[in-house]
Amino acid sequence: MDKYLVSPSPHVHSAVSTKTIMRDVIIALIPALLVSVAVYGWAEIMVLLVSVLSCVLVEFVITKYLLKKPSTIGDLSAVVTGILLAMNLPYTTPWWVVFIGALIAIGVAKMTFGGLGQNVFNPALVGRVFLLVSFPAVMTHWEIPQGFFGADAVTGATLLGRVAEGDSASFVENLEVVPTFIMNVGGSAGEVSALALILGFCYLLIRRVIKPWITLSIFATVGLIGMVFHEFIDPAFTGGIFNILSGGLVLGACFMATDYVTSPMSTKGGIIYGIGIGFLVMMIRYFGSYPEGVSFAILIMNMTVPLLNKWCHQKKYGRD
Amino acid sequence: MMTTTIIWTIVILSGLGLLLALVLFFIAKKFKVEEDPRIDEVEAVMPGANCGGCGFAGCRAFADAAVKAPNLDNNYCPVGGNEVMKKVAGILGYEVKEKAPQVAVVRCNGTCENRPRTNVYDGASSCKVKAALYFGDTGCQWGCLGCGDCVAACQFGALSMDPVTGLPVVDESKCTACGSCVKACPKGVIELRNKGPRGMRVFVSCVNRDKGAVARKACIASCIGCGKCVKTCSNEAITVENNLAYIDFAKCKLCKKCVEACPTGSIHAVNFPIIKKKEENNE
Amino acid sequence: MSKTTFSLGGVHPSDVKIAREKAIEVLPLPQTVYISMAQHLGAPATPCVAVGDQVKAGQVIAEPSGFISAFVHSSVSGTVKSIGARKDLSGKDMTHIEIAVEGDEWVEGVDLSDTLVTDIPQDKAAVLEKIKACGVVGLGGATFPTHVKLNPAPGSKAECLIINAAECEPYLTCDYRIMLEKTKEILVGAAIMQMVLGGCKTVIGVEDNKPEAIAAFKSAIKELGYQGMEVLPLKKKYPQGGEKQLIDAVMKRQVKSGGLPISVGAVVQNVATALAVYEAVQKNKPLVTNTMTVTGDCLPESGLHNYLFRIGMPLSYIAEYAGGIPSDAAKIISGGPMMGKAISNMDACTVKGSSSLLYLSEKTTKRQSEGSCIRCGKCADACPMGLEPFLLNRLYKVSDMDALEQNAVQDCIECGCCLYSCPAFIPLLDYIRQAKGQVMGIMRARAAAAKAAAESKTENK
Repeated sequence: MDKYLVSPSPHVHSAVSTKTIMRDVIIALIPALLVSVAVYGWAEIMVLLVSVLSCVLVEFVITKYLLKKPSTIGDLSAVVTGILLAMNLPYTTPWWVVFIGALIAIGVAKMTFGGLGQNVFNPALVGRVFLLVSFPAVMTHWEIPQGFFGADAVTGATLLGRVAEGDSASFVENLEVVPTFIMNVGGSAGEVSALALILGFCYLLIRRVIKPWITLSIFATVGLIGMVFHEFIDPAFTGGIFNILSGGLVLGACFMATDYVTSPMSTKGGIIYGIGIGFLVMMIRYFGSYPEGVSFAILIMNMTVPLLNKWCHQKKYGRD
Repeated sequence: MMTTTIIWTIVILSGLGLLLALVLFFIAKKFKVEEDPRIDEVEAVMPGANCGGCGFAGCRAFADAAVKAPNLDNNYCPVGGNEVMKKVAGILGYEVKEKAPQVAVVRCNGTCENRPRTNVYDGASSCKVKAALYFGDTGCQWGCLGCGDCVAACQFGALSMDPVTGLPVVDESKCTACGSCVKACPKGVIELRNKGPRGMRVFVSCVNRDKGAVARKACIASCIGCGKCVKTCSNEAITVENNLAYIDFAKCKLCKKCVEACPTGSIHAVNFPIIKKKEENNE
Repeated sequence: MSKTTFSLGGVHPSDVKIAREKAIEVLPLPQTVYISMAQHLGAPATPCVAVGDQVKAGQVIAEPSGFISAFVHSSVSGTVKSIGARKDLSGKDMTHIEIAVEGDEWVEGVDLSDTLVTDIPQDKAAVLEKIKACGVVGLGGATFPTHVKLNPAPGSKAECLIINAAECEPYLTCDYRIMLEKTKEILVGAAIMQMVLGGCKTVIGVEDNKPEAIAAFKSAIKELGYQGMEVLPLKKKYPQGGEKQLIDAVMKRQVKSGGLPISVGAVVQNVATALAVYEAVQKNKPLVTNTMTVTGDCLPESGLHNYLFRIGMPLSYIAEYAGGIPSDAAKIISGGPMMGKAISNMDACTVKGSSSLLYLSEKTTKRQSEGSCIRCGKCADACPMGLEPFLLNRLYKVSDMDALEQNAVQDCIECGCCLYSCPAFIPLLDYIRQAKGQVMGIMRARAAAAKAAAESKTENK
C-alpha cells in the first residue's frame, strides 16, 4: 500500500459484528427447528421457508426501492425475524397468511420505524399478533401432526386452550411436566420442545450474545405467581412449573423478550422488564380471554423499554 | 331501560365535558402570560426556518429580541433578507438598514486532481473529528476536509458534496446565507460574501496560509501569496496576509484582472456573462 | 493464586505479544535528530540553545515554561542546526531542535555503566529536584511530569504507590522486556519514589499474561530485601493499565469524577517511569532514551524488535533500520492498537513517550462500514467508566451539551472499548471524544467565570 490509513484510536475491533450475532441466534434456534420439523414434517419446512424468504424479500424491496438505500439483508436480522415468526405459527398456516405476517413484521413493525435498531416492537411478534387477530381460526387451529413419525391427523387443542376452556382433566393429565419439557406436541413450532429451546438459549449465553437476566426474571415471576395462585388461592389455577413450560413462554422468554432492539439495555431495566412480562403473561392466562398471553405481554412491555432505558443506568466509575 | 342508559351516558359525559372546559378556561385565564402582541406579528412574517442564522435560537426568539431592542441595527434575518426586514420594520416602526444579499462561498480548490491525497482517512465521517485528529489526508492542512459537515449543517439543502472533486458545492438559488455552514466548518473554508450584481463576484478560492512552495506542493491550485493580484488590482481591493490573498468585496469592481494574473488559478470569477468552459465547475 | 482486576467493563482483545522474546537492542545513532519541545503534557518547553551551539548528550536544550512542563535534554552530541517548526506524528507544527550528530559524548557526571546502585539518597527535596532536572515524565502514555505527581499537594497523603506494569495494550512488549532485563533497576526506582512519598506501601500490578515478569519481580524483591513492596498479579483485561482502573483493581477504591488519584491515597507510576527515575537519581542520566517495540501482524518473525531508542530519532530511520515497512501494512501506529496514534507522517521523530512502531494489516485495522445501532448495550458493558456510549453518541448528534455533561461524558478515558466492541461498527469514540472536548470546554469556561465572579466579589468588599 502506498497510502496508509489514518483514523482515531482504537485501531482494532472485536470479532463480533451484527452479522455474527444474528448468525449465533440462528444457530441457537436450530435445535428447536429440528425438533419441530421432525414432529410436523414438510408442512413446517414450508412455513419456515415462506416466512424467511418473505421477510428477506420484503426488507430487500423496501430498502432498495422504497428507501433507495443500500440493502440491509446482509446483516441476517430479517432471517432471524423470519425464523421467529415461523416458530410462532401453527404448521398448518397457509403460505399466503405466512406472507402477510412477514409483510406486517418487516414492512410495518420494522421498516416504518427506520429499520434495524429503530423498531419499538418485536417484529416477529407484531406479525404473529396481527395474524392472530386477523385470522383467529387459522391461528388457533391445531392439528395433531403427521410429521415424519406418521400419525392420523386429529383436530386438537393446545394444553392451554383446553385449560382455558375449563377442561381440567387434561390439565391434571399434563401435570407430568417432564414429557412436556422434552416434547409437547400440538402448538406452533416454537412450542414443541422447551428442552431444545433452552439448549439454544445456553448456546447464546456461552457465546455471550445475551445476558440471562431477562429470561430468568420472566421464569421466576411466572413460577412464583403460578405457585402462589395454585397453592394458596385456588388449585384450579395452573401451577408455576406448568406455566413456565407450556405455550410459547420458553420461546418468548429465551428468544423474543431478549431481542436487543426491543429490550432494555441495562441489567436493572432488564429485570424490571422481565418481571413485567411474567406478570402480564400470568394475568392474561388466568383472567384474559386469550389462552396465551406471551406475545401480548412482550409487546406491552416493549412499550416501556424507552422509559426503562431512561430510568435505569448502570453504575458509573467514581460516582454515586 | 336501554334508552335511559343512553340518556344518562350522554348527560354525564356532557356534564363532565362542560366542567372540564370551565376548569381549563379559568386556568388559562389565571396563568395567562402577557406578551407583546407584536412578537406574534413579527414571527408571522419571519421565514420560519428556525435556522439560527440571525444569532438567536429561532424565529420566535428573534422576534422577541427585535421587539425589545431599541432599533434593528443588531438584528437582521439573513434568510428573509431585506424584504422580510422591511416588513418587520413596518410592524415595529423602526428603520431598517438594508444589507447586500450574501451567499456562502467555498474557498478551496483542493479537488482530488489539484491536491493529491497523501493518506486515507478511515475514521468517522465528520470534519470535526478529522480536524481534531490530524492535519488531513492531503498535504494541505488548511483546506476542505471533505467529510461534509457543512452539508449536514445546511437546513436548506443548498450544499452538496461533489463526488468528483470531493468539495462541497453551493446551490446559490437555495442558499440563504444563514451561516450554519460557516460555523460547521472546522477549517473556516466557507465564507459569506456579497452575492454581487447578478451574482457576479470574484474571490480567492483558497485558505492556505503556508509559504508559497509548501502550498504549491500540497495543491497546484493554491494561493501562494505571490502578490501578483495585488499589483494588478487598481482598486486596492486585494491584500496578502500570511501568504494568502484576500479580496475585499466592498472594494472589488469586478474587473477580473486578478483572475488572469493569478499564476495558480486560485482566484475565481463566477456568474460573469462571458462563458469560459472551466468556470462552470467552479461554483 | 487469587487474581483481581478492575470492577467495571473492560474488553478482552487478543494480546498478540509476538515480540515478547526479543531482547532489547540498542539503535545506532542517525545522522540527525529532531527533538520536539512538546514531549510532555502541559506547556511546550522553551529552547535554551542557539543555532550553531555545540551540545553534548544529556545537556539541557530546553527549559520548562510553566508549572506543568519539563526539561528537554539533547539525546546526542553534535551541533544545533536549526530551531523551528516541524511536523509531528499527526502533521501538526511543533518547534523542534535539529541536531547534527557528531560522535557520542555525554555531559559529565552521567554514569553509563550497568552497575546497579542500590543506596538510595534520603533527601526528598534533592531527589525531586533531580527527577525534575532530568526531565522525567510519566511514560505510560500521558507523559505527565513525574516530579509534579510525586509531590502531592499539602494535606493529601499517599497510602499506596502503584507501579503500573500491566502493559494491557495488545502487541506492545517493551515494558515486558525492561521488566525482565532491568528488574532490579525498576525496583530501586520504585523504592526511590516510595521514599519520596513518605514510605507508603508499594504494589506492582502485573497482568497474568506475563508470568515471567511476576516471577522476576518476586525474586528480585526478595533479593533486594525491600519491605512494603509486593507484586500483585492481575487478571488480564483491557484497560487494566488505565490509571483509574488500576487503582480500582489494586486498592478497590474509585477516584471521584474530576478528582486526582491522590484523593484516594494512590500514586500510579509506570514501570518505564520507575526505570527513568532510577537512571535519573542513581545514574544522573536524563530521560533521553526509552524502549519501544517494532511489531505488527504483517511483520515476519525477523522483523519484530524491542529497541532502546534516543529521543528525536526519525521514525522513518527506525523503520528502515528494523527492515523497512512491510508491504502489506495498511496502517502505522505509534503506541498500542487501542489507544495509539495513527502515523500520517513518518518523518516525525521519537519523543520521550514513544512506545512502538506498530504495523497493522488492512484486515485487522480497516474499519468496516457503519451499520445501525441494534441497542445491544455492548458498549455500555465494555465501558470501564460505566458510561453509556450509545447514549453519548446520540446526544452528541443532537448537540445536547447539558445532557452530555449529566451523563458524564467528561469522565471518558478514551480507551476505545466502546468502539472495539460495537457490533455495528459505529465510530462511537470518535464522536464521544469530540463531545468530551466540547463539554470540558464548557465546564472550564464556567469554572473560569465562577472564579472571576468570586474574585470581583471579594474586590468589591
